[in-house]
Amino acid sequence: MHEQSIVASLLSLALEDAKTNNARRIISIKLVVGELTGIEEDAVKFYFGFMAKDTIANGATLEFNITKAQLRCRDCDIIFPRDKLNFNCPECGKKAVEIVGGRELYIESMEIL
Amino acid sequence: MDIRQIRVKKDILSANSKTAEGIRSRLDGYPVRMINIMSSPGAGKTSLITRTINFFKGTYRIAVIEGDIASSIDAESISKLNVPAIQINTGGGCHLDANMIEKALADLELDDLDLIFVENVGNLVCTADFDLGAHKNAVILSVPEGDDKPYKYPVIFVEADVVLINKIDVLPYFDFDLDSFPEIMNGLNPSTTVLSVSAKSGEGLDGWFAWIERTLGQDNI
Repeated sequence: MHEQSIVASLLSLALEDAKTNNARRIISIKLVVGELTGIEEDAVKFYFGFMAKDTIANGATLEFNITKAQLRCRDCDIIFPRDKLNFNCPECGKKAVEIVGGRELYIESMEIL
Repeated sequence: MDIRQIRVKKDILSANSKTAEGIRSRLDGYPVRMINIMSSPGAGKTSLITRTINFFKGTYRIAVIEGDIASSIDAESISKLNVPAIQINTGGGCHLDANMIEKALADLELDDLDLIFVENVGNLVCTADFDLGAHKNAVILSVPEGDDKPYKYPVIFVEADVVLINKIDVLPYFDFDLDSFPEIMNGLNPSTTVLSVSAKSGEGLDGWFAWIERTLGQDNI
């Protein structure tokens, strides 16, 4: 049910920007979603389908750019993808890491008419 | 009219974050501090809160905001302790958000409180991304869940100011590696405090109570 509140926020942001740009319709919305947010593409599309119904975003396509979890070693500064079973740095082997990717959740752009 | 492409670049959770900031600055006008408690279902949130209320009875005035998907069982057990308990039913939703907290706070006398616990919905994923306007986040991880949870759900552990490993009374029956956990945890989040407790036997809870006292003693947190 996470996605219902996400869709409500995303819809109000999209409608707000569409209004500022004098749009009559929203054709598509490009989203950037980090894998660590746990957000399901299908569930977002499902909720969007009926929550957007009485708005100018009705029928708009949602495009997802899913970003992978990235870690930065606090010691050697290199950035590497998360291994699900450990966070060891491939260079120094230490586990001191900062999450630098995979938490994104924003609207990148929209196509409007 | 032609189709136009517009750049938006807006964080979808920005409205929630803004409400949360508003809550924090409102609370800062009172002596009260708010702590958001997150964990999986059954990790021991209600037990820990109950223990803490009983320990600080007569010292601190505590209220609880209870998040639950549908029932009011936890709120009922908390209100038996004679502290204000506000129930939020999320109606199936898997996390609390700042709007729900703002509404719940309207039912509390902030002048008459030292501490508000928010018992979030049991969930290690969704709860982590929603700032509630609390001053501190506490995450409970219970021994039977296993010590690999920071790898699987790193975000919630990054957001934690304190991590309580609960149910250490059952350590002999599980493979939880208590010795190496703080290293993993502090690698991911150097500023967090790791405490080992049993909300059932009471073991280690002195560390948690001391953490609460430190939190309440700070002017700016």
